[in-house]
Amino acid sequence: MKRQIPVLLVFVFGVFMIFQYFSPHEYSEWIYKFLMDWIYIIGIFAMALGIWSLIHVSYDKIKNKRHDWGYSVVTLAALFIMMFFGITGFDENGEWGFYFMTQEGLTNPMFRNFFNHILVPIETTMFSLLAFFISSAAYRAFRARNVLATMLLVSALVVMLRFNPYFGEAVGLYMNKIAAWLLNVPNMAAKRAILIGIGLGMVGTALKVVLGIERGYMGKG
Amino acid sequence: MEFGTFLWTTLGAVLTLAIFSFLYKDNPFYKFAEHLVVGVSAGYWAVILWHNGLVPNLLERLRDGDWYLGWLNSSKPWYLIPAILGLLMWTRFSKKYSWISRWPISMYIGIATGVAIPLEMSNRVNKQLYAAMSKIHWDNFFGHGFLDTAAAYSEIIIIIGTIAGLIYFFFSKAHTGAFGTIAKIGIYILMIGFGASFGLTVMARISLFIQRIQFMHEDWAVVAFEETNPNYGWFQFFFWLVGFIIIAYIARELYVYIKNRDKQMVKPS
Amino acid sequence: MNQNTNIFNKMMSMDRRWVFLLLIIVCVAAYFAPFSIPILIEPEVERVYNFVDTLAPGSIVFLAIDYDPASLAELHPMTYVLLEQCFRRNIRVICTALHPNGPSMAENAFLEVVDSCKVDKTYHGKQFMGREVVNGIDYCFLGYKPYPALVILGMGTNFRLPFPADYYGRPIDSIPMMKGIQNYDQVACVVNISGTSGTEYWISYGQGRFGFPLALGVTGVMGAEYYPYLNSGQIFGYMAGMLGAAQYEKLAENDGKAVVAMKVQLFAHFLIIFFIIIGNIGFFMDKFSKKREGR
Repeated sequence: MKRQIPVLLVFVFGVFMIFQYFSPHEYSEWIYKFLMDWIYIIGIFAMALGIWSLIHVSYDKIKNKRHDWGYSVVTLAALFIMMFFGITGFDENGEWGFYFMTQEGLTNPMFRNFFNHILVPIETTMFSLLAFFISSAAYRAFRARNVLATMLLVSALVVMLRFNPYFGEAVGLYMNKIAAWLLNVPNMAAKRAILIGIGLGMVGTALKVVLGIERGYMGKG
Repeated sequence: MEFGTFLWTTLGAVLTLAIFSFLYKDNPFYKFAEHLVVGVSAGYWAVILWHNGLVPNLLERLRDGDWYLGWLNSSKPWYLIPAILGLLMWTRFSKKYSWISRWPISMYIGIATGVAIPLEMSNRVNKQLYAAMSKIHWDNFFGHGFLDTAAAYSEIIIIIGTIAGLIYFFFSKAHTGAFGTIAKIGIYILMIGFGASFGLTVMARISLFIQRIQFMHEDWAVVAFEETNPNYGWFQFFFWLVGFIIIAYIARELYVYIKNRDKQMVKPS
Repeated sequence: MNQNTNIFNKMMSMDRRWVFLLLIIVCVAAYFAPFSIPILIEPEVERVYNFVDTLAPGSIVFLAIDYDPASLAELHPMTYVLLEQCFRRNIRVICTALHPNGPSMAENAFLEVVDSCKVDKTYHGKQFMGREVVNGIDYCFLGYKPYPALVILGMGTNFRLPFPADYYGRPIDSIPMMKGIQNYDQVACVVNISGTSGTEYWISYGQGRFGFPLALGVTGVMGAEYYPYLNSGQIFGYMAGMLGAAQYEKLAENDGKAVVAMKVQLFAHFLIIFFIIIGNIGFFMDKFSKKREGR
């Protein structure tokens, strides 16, 4: 029962959705609408699991005084402060209060400040570190070891230099044309091959899931 | 700009520098900022899920019912079903009942895969195959101008490239003979594709850094030097305070470095 | 061992922090240097601009903002310039943000563009008077829902299905501009500005199922991936990375952060190419000397 019912559910809903795509009858449309409407709600609960996990892991780290547990306090404090600002705010009359069922929290200046001046700078900067790591990798790793690696390098160089105006206007135009051709012809062919492959792979896996051959989503137990 | 907003921007600038300090070496400032953003991000997400998800899609719909006699008095009681299914997801945290969480998960998986099969097949596979099989314009073999993407030779390269790429990737037959030649063309084409991706990735990464320079200059430093600001002196004070902290940190690191170097020199070899 | 190989070997084993420092110096110097570079317009970007520019006033553009702060650098300029173009031309906008950290990104873009639309401006010789762009009349921001693929599908039936209320909690039916707007049929085009795999969903589950005209604005990392869709006609236009954003800014005669960034970008690219060349010279010198020693 623990394994059969889920497989049956996947099969029934999967087959129904395929059927609905090919035969959009009034009744099947009606069920389709209900299912869609419900799945968003189920999804919200599922997403909340992730947040709970984070709380759980951080709490565990603090409780057992694991290495660097102090930082977990920062994480948890930030999480709860953000939640607090998200459910408090000012109504039209400028009155402060808790607003659970209306969205005053989303326009709370502190909620916005935390997003704009903490989350945005940290996240953008963290990803901008990649600029440095890619330049260091360019220095150490990108070698024209053989024909294949050389092709990769040349193609990358052309794409990187395509908007360069310093070799004269004519050369610039040619560079741009070469890059455009490279992106639209060989690159496109390569990406199309990958795309078709991924598409077929996805459909294959999806079929295996619907038919109950692939059951990885159930986990152990 | 209001002074309060400037203080927030200053905080943003300090956090930016805290993250950049990782380039020198891992340090507590970086770790602090890293853990801070995880918390803020999760908190933000929780709020968005609540206000943009649970409230409008579930609670508002059940709200018109009588809260005291139970939600079933609501005009849309059927919304309790997804709510219960959603709650069942949370049995994952119990060792004994975690199998129940498979029901809502399998409902979602069933719907998602069922939807995916025809759509992925049609839009990722079929439409790309149609496009690959389009007519070659032989009358325009050399095209107009230098490297014309619409010329017949480009179209031929696209067709051959696609087939060769597919062959390289998907056939487990040994790559020998004529088959091997096609597979070899395939990998060349793929390499050009990966090269283009790499070139664009470099551009992407660099632009992230440029944006941070723009932020530090336009949104923070320039604002700090706007004399029209009401509390100009305070703007300046905080700007130089941050500057002082950076210089002090660099000086400290230099001091530690020199001290260690002296010690190493003293050490007998 | 060869003297030259020694130098290159030394360079290879150099602390990578010197490489970082060099990149910082080059980028900051290029940023402050007073010059600009010409930006060549590519047809795939121009098609997006022309499509939006030839829409009748009052038409609706659906803007799907699926990115978080991590891809803000490249995608925010696209969003800003596109929104300003729409609002100046009295084109209405419906917007969703299907990335969990996306809603505030979209909100920020709206708030700032609404501000900048209050001022008179001239684009392409045509003067646009400043006006008050009103939430609910000129634009509707629907907000976030989980599972982008299913949300995109659901909106094809009715926007109200996944979004009974907008981001600010107002029921959709109470929003003036949403009167009579049911689904993608009433929308002139969808522009997906994205830093996630949500783009695939917009192509397969949105355009593929409902057939609306779709244009993409993506990050550079994803930049080379979507050319097959352009070729097959599944998308009508395409902006990739900072260069795509800069091209759009040039087209709209509304130079912003992307155009400025491109000059810095160019010199950063020069530097990286220089690194690659130096690295390769070292590699070949090493290979050459090993060969000679072997002989």
